[in-house]
Amino acid sequence: MSDDPRPPVTLFQAPIRLDYTVTAGRNLTRYLRALAQRRIIGGRCPECQKVYLPPRGSCPTCGVPTDTEVQIADRGTVTTFCVINIPFEAAPFPPPYAAVAIVLDGADQPILHLLRGIPPDEVRMGMRVQAVWVPDHELAPTLASIRWFEPTGEPDAPFEAIKDHL
Amino acid sequence: MHADSGDLLTAPYVLEYTYQRSTGPVIGRFLTALRDARIEGVRTAGGRVLVPPLEYDPDSSEPTGEAVEVGQSGVVTTWSWVGAPRRFHPLAHPFAWALIRLDGADTAMLHAVDAGDAAAMRTGMRVTARWRAERIGSIRDLECFVPEGGAR
Repeated sequence: MSDDPRPPVTLFQAPIRLDYTVTAGRNLTRYLRALAQRRIIGGRCPECQKVYLPPRGSCPTCGVPTDTEVQIADRGTVTTFCVINIPFEAAPFPPPYAAVAIVLDGADQPILHLLRGIPPDEVRMGMRVQAVWVPDHELAPTLASIRWFEPTGEPDAPFEAIKDHL
Repeated sequence: MHADSGDLLTAPYVLEYTYQRSTGPVIGRFLTALRDARIEGVRTAGGRVLVPPLEYDPDSSEPTGEAVEVGQSGVVTTWSWVGAPRRFHPLAHPFAWALIRLDGADTAMLHAVDAGDAAAMRTGMRVTARWRAERIGSIRDLECFVPEGGAR
């Protein structure tokens, strides 16, 4: 038998790794390129009139192309939020910080982003927030062109304004 | 509306799970033997030798029995040439995936054969193990198999 002083093998590393190349498609490509120009665009369904953000090219409810591109504001309303208290490897900031769902003015679907400029324990549903964009030289075709959101100081939106977007 | 430039954006996207798995007693013994540059199978109640070892006999569903060391050479029972190896393949140059029935074994084990060229591969050919110098208790301790008596 073995003279190996190492203990018998009981464990082994079995990483599973999938290397994808993601193609954005026509609608997401336009959406991402617009972000590099400090613009946010959505897609309106001609039947139910809902504005999808990001635009996907079709309305999953009505099954028709969302052929109208619409400009979306870079300010909106917090629908829901989560305060992160636990550090992890890919965390953007040391905790605590707030991750928020924001329905931007003109859109019918919330986006997920970060909220700064307010203590995390004061974040509220209905809070009005404004995008903080990166400097021009950091603009790129990614939602990270918005660095984070900050409160606008406007009065909170009523629950009615967000109840259909939760 | 604004003009579509025509080119679609693409980006790399990696999904990775860093699993660590427990071997159980049978595979653990197999991997420990590989670390010693030995190849072990198990004998079933019916007398067959399974390499690589299984915990249960696929014929009877009964637990398999004693460990059996088998030879380091064997016969290619079937193979497939890999002309353009990818990043995580065992060899960086073209090779064959092959099922190899080692001397003393009744089943065949999947491994790589470094034959140089597909023309050097044939079913029934004899191959022998090439070991890594540094072994950790992994199937990759067996670097590959090479044609027996061949130049490689």
